[in-house]
Amino acid sequence: MDLLYFRRRLTNALALVLSTLATLVGLAFLAWILWETLRQGLAALDLKLFTKITAYGDQGGLANAMVGSLIINFVGIAIATPIGVLAGTWLAEYANRTRLGETIRFLNDILLSAPSIVMGLFVYTIIVLPSTALTHGNTTFSGFAGGVALALIALPVIVRTTDEMLRLVPPTLREAALSLGVPQWKLTSQILLRAARSGIVTGVLLALARISGETAPLLFTAFGNNFMTFNPLDKMSSLPQVIYQYANDPGETMHALAWAGAFVVTLFVLLLSLASRLLFARKVSHD
Amino acid sequence: MSTIPATDIPEQRARHDARHDRLFAGLLKACALIVLAALLGAAFATLWGGREAFGTFGWHFLVSSAWDPSSQEYGALVPVYGTLATSFIALLIAVPVSFGIALYLSEVAPRWLRTPVASAIELLAGIPSIIYGMWGLFVFAPFFAEHIKPWLTNYLGNNPDDGTPSWVATHVPFVGKLFASDYPFGASILTAGIVLAIMIIPFISSVMREVFQTVPTRLKESAYALGSSTWEVSWDIVLPYTRSAVIGGIFLGLGRALGETMAVTFVLGNAMDLSASLLDPGSSIASTIANQFSEAVGLQKSALMALAFLLFVVTFIVLLIARLMLRRLASREGR
Amino acid sequence: MTNAAALALAPSMAPPEAEPKLKVRDLNFHYDGFHALKNIGMDIPEKQVTAIIGPSGCGKSTLLRIFNRIYAIYPKLKATGSIELDGENILDPRYSLNRLRSKVGMVFQKPVPFPMTIFENVAYGIRHHERLSKAEMEARVEQALRGGALWDEVKDKLKQNALGLSGGQQQRLCIARAIALKPEVLLLDEPTSALDPIATGRIEQLIEELKSQFTIVIVTHNMQQAARVSDRTAFMYLGELVEYDETEKIFTKPGKKQTEDYITGRFG
Repeated sequence: MDLLYFRRRLTNALALVLSTLATLVGLAFLAWILWETLRQGLAALDLKLFTKITAYGDQGGLANAMVGSLIINFVGIAIATPIGVLAGTWLAEYANRTRLGETIRFLNDILLSAPSIVMGLFVYTIIVLPSTALTHGNTTFSGFAGGVALALIALPVIVRTTDEMLRLVPPTLREAALSLGVPQWKLTSQILLRAARSGIVTGVLLALARISGETAPLLFTAFGNNFMTFNPLDKMSSLPQVIYQYANDPGETMHALAWAGAFVVTLFVLLLSLASRLLFARKVSHD
Repeated sequence: MSTIPATDIPEQRARHDARHDRLFAGLLKACALIVLAALLGAAFATLWGGREAFGTFGWHFLVSSAWDPSSQEYGALVPVYGTLATSFIALLIAVPVSFGIALYLSEVAPRWLRTPVASAIELLAGIPSIIYGMWGLFVFAPFFAEHIKPWLTNYLGNNPDDGTPSWVATHVPFVGKLFASDYPFGASILTAGIVLAIMIIPFISSVMREVFQTVPTRLKESAYALGSSTWEVSWDIVLPYTRSAVIGGIFLGLGRALGETMAVTFVLGNAMDLSASLLDPGSSIASTIANQFSEAVGLQKSALMALAFLLFVVTFIVLLIARLMLRRLASREGR
Repeated sequence: MTNAAALALAPSMAPPEAEPKLKVRDLNFHYDGFHALKNIGMDIPEKQVTAIIGPSGCGKSTLLRIFNRIYAIYPKLKATGSIELDGENILDPRYSLNRLRSKVGMVFQKPVPFPMTIFENVAYGIRHHERLSKAEMEARVEQALRGGALWDEVKDKLKQNALGLSGGQQQRLCIARAIALKPEVLLLDEPTSALDPIATGRIEQLIEELKSQFTIVIVTHNMQQAARVSDRTAFMYLGELVEYDETEKIFTKPGKKQTEDYITGRFG
């Protein structure tokens, strides 16, 4: 009896120690990755990052990549937000428990983790190739195409949060509005979406955080550009794409620039997820 | 106040509303169908792009290890093997660690510590994959080459420094080959697998933690009341109760790992040769596309598209299984 | 008594029995194969307060929710029989929901202000049915808020978010919002169950004031409340209308054993 008891206690202690160890290992890697990004990124941080363009190579900065990232992300979010919010609204308000609704909700969850590089190739096929044909064979990569690729990645995030947030709105709010004779479209667009607003904004921020670090879908859509451009129909560089390019470069100075870029991207993404978390926490405590 | 007369509503108004309602519902539905279109479109676009390669090589494309632009010979075996091997290694490491983390966060850790630690782990999930790739390339791969790889080749591989195969290599079949390598750098299938593991641990552990929290307290309490230890409750009560969702979480991680580009491209070495050793460089589907697509023309481009189609189909199936498994628990909860 | 006296005095010119506002006949209601209401028939008189009581699950809220067809927003629910509002069957699909809902207002168990300002909460419904000038709208909102006994408390903060009001104030806002449409019938679904006793008292007082203008149907699980505010009371049990009579009679000498058991607290 005592032996059994001892064995059970030993197993338990071992399991608890191992689980604690697993957590420590996870946290250690988090700290290691963040620490390296911070250390190497801060070391390479310089004003010229923000003022000079990548055309100067190791003498240059990342200004055009930062501007490009902002524009491409903006295009992506600007496309994905209206479509995603409306699609999520349809799932929650019009198609809840219907077969088509359930199917699309399910497929949206799959799109959420679909390989982003395939999304890049998809946009390459539907935008870059046709516009290449239109311009008589000049390959027309563009910031816009990059934005569309990112929109496809942001879309499922926004659809899902909108859907979930609307389903959290109490049904009595719908009944109250309908009992006043308000039509469904007004109820949905003016009352329900307003009630779920902060949750939906959280979703958009999450989507922005998600696409800000995406590299793979941009390689064959926005492509890259060593010069500053504000025209979304032009080839455009972005921070992740320049990081990818510089990290693969043999030059040490380029590596430093890549780390600086990595630092900026990571900081941006972490601040965004922090902001969305705080916003969501506030909403939950408010209810 | 006098009697208030009934408000008069023209029937016209009702028709007006009905029309707007239909238009609005139609607009919403069209947007929802875009989700469907994105998935179908991605599948068709890559299939269309890969038609030349599929047409030229047929089924042989799947089993051929050739990848030679000069002779226009392309096969998917090397990148497919690389994708599967790295993802498998990643799961091998990530599943037990994630289970440990989820267990720690739901049963072991003091309550005040749970939320901050869970948030930190989730933070790890938010870091862009290119950062993992850079860290892997500049920090982990050199570390691996210097400290881990020599140990592995010496004690597990069959070509260690002193010339005699290790005890393990002579006594356990295959292991020697898996850990043999003359390649002096850190980039390898194993390195990529480890970096991928670090990347998917936060995903899997978050899902596991969430599903562990769905186990009814009364269930756990009644087990504790019988004198069960924390480990026994977790292994005998929590895990069986959440089994399907836990598997779903693992498949979700697998889906991520299969399709990941940046975290692996940097540390895989991008070699298009088939090697039995996990310490040799290799390629994955995503890394091959990322490396070659911009310069590829003709048949090579088509072969890359064909690879993308394969990747898409495989991840789709894996994610489908993941979601179905996750859903089972959700439906039991009546959500 | 007056009716009887009139009949006795002038039998030849007897005024017809006052036409009920709502006439329920053979009403049956099913959901998910469950027979929730069984052959309900009742007349609800105009400008009186009718209370519906009964243990939870007896179908009293379900009945109320048929009076403005709010149940129709959920699929698979089916009501058969007829409910006539001023002689027209509101269950007839040709009876427009818009028209029905402008005639029959509803206030719910939990106060549900819209996520907008106090003023907008009241104006929102009106705007859908009528086109009013700014001044007219302001007058109308004030009238409704006065009607809801809320004006004095909110007149200085009409532009504030309605979610900042207390629970009782929110509920009176919901009443104001409902009467702003100038309905003929007002449905109250356990309107005080989420409120404290003081707020409840104010709502009950308000119901008393409103009955001069509206036909009120109130569902309540609180028998004392039914006794205090209503003129007629219906007792329901297991989807059936057990007894329906003047409130005083129901509470003093109920005609059925089941009613008596419920009133005296022997079950439910």
